[in-house]
Amino acid sequence: MNNSEAEKTALQMKKLKEDMLPKKFSLSGKIWVGVLSLIFVTGLYYYFFRQLREGLIITSMRDYVSWGIYISNFVFFVAISLVGSLISAILKLSNAHWQTPLTRIAEVIAVAGITFAGIIIIVDMGRPERFWHLFVYGRIQSPIIWDVIVITTYLVVSMLLLYIPMIPDIAICRDATPAENKWLKKFYTFLAIGWQGTKEQYKIIENSVKILAVVVIPLAFSIHTVTSWLFATTARPGWDSTNLGAYFISGAFVVGAASVICAMYILREHYKLEKYITLKHFDYMGRLLVLLLLLYLYFNINEYFVPGFKMKKVDADHLNELLTGSYAPLFWSVQIIGMIIPLIVMLFNSGRKPLVMFVLGVMVVVGAWFKRFLIVIPTMMHPYLPMQDVPVEYTHYFPTWPEWSITAASLAGVLLVITFFVRYFPIIPIWETAKEHGIHPEEIK
Amino acid sequence: MAEENNDNQTNDRRNFLRAGLFLGGSAVAGTILSNTLSASEETSGEKVKVMTAEGQLVEVDRSKIKIATDTLSALANNDERKGIPGKKWVMVIDLSRCKNARKCQSACNKAHALTGPNQWLKVYEMQDNEESSPYWMPKPCLHCDNPPCTKVCPVDATFKREDGIVAIDNERCIGCRFCMAACPYSTRVFNWEEPKQPIHIATGEHTCATSQPRKKGVVEKCDFCPHMLEQGKLPHCVTACPNGVFFMGDENEDTVTNGSETFALSQLLRDKAGYRYMEDLGTKPRVYYLPPVDRLFPFTKEDKEKTEE
Repeated sequence: MNNSEAEKTALQMKKLKEDMLPKKFSLSGKIWVGVLSLIFVTGLYYYFFRQLREGLIITSMRDYVSWGIYISNFVFFVAISLVGSLISAILKLSNAHWQTPLTRIAEVIAVAGITFAGIIIIVDMGRPERFWHLFVYGRIQSPIIWDVIVITTYLVVSMLLLYIPMIPDIAICRDATPAENKWLKKFYTFLAIGWQGTKEQYKIIENSVKILAVVVIPLAFSIHTVTSWLFATTARPGWDSTNLGAYFISGAFVVGAASVICAMYILREHYKLEKYITLKHFDYMGRLLVLLLLLYLYFNINEYFVPGFKMKKVDADHLNELLTGSYAPLFWSVQIIGMIIPLIVMLFNSGRKPLVMFVLGVMVVVGAWFKRFLIVIPTMMHPYLPMQDVPVEYTHYFPTWPEWSITAASLAGVLLVITFFVRYFPIIPIWETAKEHGIHPEEIK
Repeated sequence: MAEENNDNQTNDRRNFLRAGLFLGGSAVAGTILSNTLSASEETSGEKVKVMTAEGQLVEVDRSKIKIATDTLSALANNDERKGIPGKKWVMVIDLSRCKNARKCQSACNKAHALTGPNQWLKVYEMQDNEESSPYWMPKPCLHCDNPPCTKVCPVDATFKREDGIVAIDNERCIGCRFCMAACPYSTRVFNWEEPKQPIHIATGEHTCATSQPRKKGVVEKCDFCPHMLEQGKLPHCVTACPNGVFFMGDENEDTVTNGSETFALSQLLRDKAGYRYMEDLGTKPRVYYLPPVDRLFPFTKEDKEKTEE
């Protein structure tokens, strides 16, 4: 290799690092963090100073609607976390290659989502201080225990899938951090676990990521299937369905892909990453989302059409309320705005441009949140026995202000985790991008 | 035949007496029994007539008779999960007798110190179709033999006892409310806030047999009053009902009573076409209903308004 080529490589590396090394928060970044922190702290207040003291009475949940937005939010978080496996495992194993700059975005959404899924489920417990009972008295026959097992496993595997491919980049951060920034340097040095960039080390990373990618797919399917079983194992209208596992998984990939699209757009605009997150990426993600939406549409038709055709008494009460009754405005908004419109718009080339995709992505994500609400709550409003002999507030459900606040705090928490991750780690894999630019691994510094 | 079944019958009879379900013949037998306290090993040759749980009069040798005590020791903590040995509690609710007096409910609330909306026993106004007449349907926990609630509990806080009762250990319950979602009968209630209860109960010792003291953030429900059954007494709803709607008994003895009338369970269910609510769900409830035919009272909502006032 001659000198000019080496110089060229060094110059290329410098440019890559300039573009992709984590940057301090700008003013808008600080405002963003400030607002999120405010929401988060408000939720913490309501949880620790109201709910823990007074009990779940501060929510709108009562004996009929005994699971409310905490649980629907939990389902949402589990759903959104599935995208980690979609981008960094399914696409990787199918040799798609184009998804390289998106893997870390997807994986950090997965880790943040699944972490807060675990947190929000503890928030929903009437006796959170007895959480340890799950480990000493756990009954393996209960779907909740299955969920505890698969979710913790998925969390660990997702964290490894986030961390291991990031080690070379952490080493780059370590080397780029000036010595006077003592704590940050220590932090990176610790996390880089002595990375030298040797051939053997790269080999280890590649092999472990391959194994993890294979492992994470059945795990991802498990977490959401088991989550759907929390509902499907009961004899209630709307939940008592063999379609529920597949329905949940297809919906999860939809909301996960849409959330990656939103994150792609924001990061690209904010950090000027147009060179790395290109129009091609939006185009491909758009096509992928269309495919996922079609799949989801298919399971939606199965979920509502089949019981709707038969109209068994208890299903009929539930479906009438959902499709034509008091939940109808929300139901049709979610189905049309969150599924049908994005599906149609993204069929067109001009529908897969970044800004359009961002708007559609937000529509899908918001729709998906309310869709979980529609899966959990209306069913609880349709018990077999009539709702009698209870106070009137037991017969309807609208979340209270503290309940909204705590739920909003969990959403803000997910965004804060992602935001701080982007602040301290390169969100686009530097070394993998460099490799794709034809730079030899040992020259990536 | 009498010799062969002797052990069984003595056992049956002991249980029989424990539950305080005396049939006519046993009173006679009782006087004789008291004379045979010190039964010898040898056959005395003297035959005694006693009535079996099935209502059959049989002769047994006097020496084979052992006296039955009708006091039961309180269940030890470990036994709370097992239940009362040899029993299979069963309830029959005769819908033709219910006029929505709600004495069952108030007695239950009082006995378990239930306040607010947490009523373990509810009375529903039911109408099966537009053509048929409405009726009142009291509903305790149905104590299913295939309970959807205990199947989903992650920590074994709610469990099925050997005597048929589905109980809750509110010291173990984590408040996930999966059982409430799973129960098709809307039986389970939750303590959304700190339950109001007398101080002596709130500070008393916890036992699953009384479901007391009640706790914040846990699920609770009708427990079939094991603290009463243990002493051979009937649950509060049974004794409080002015119309004898509730019958309680032991399936093993095939007998149910409302305190003043006693029936053979199997025959009652046969004769009155007893059914279990939503049999098709396969939950196998231990509570049977007798259909609201030949009613003692016409259906009127006045009773309901009266109780609400």
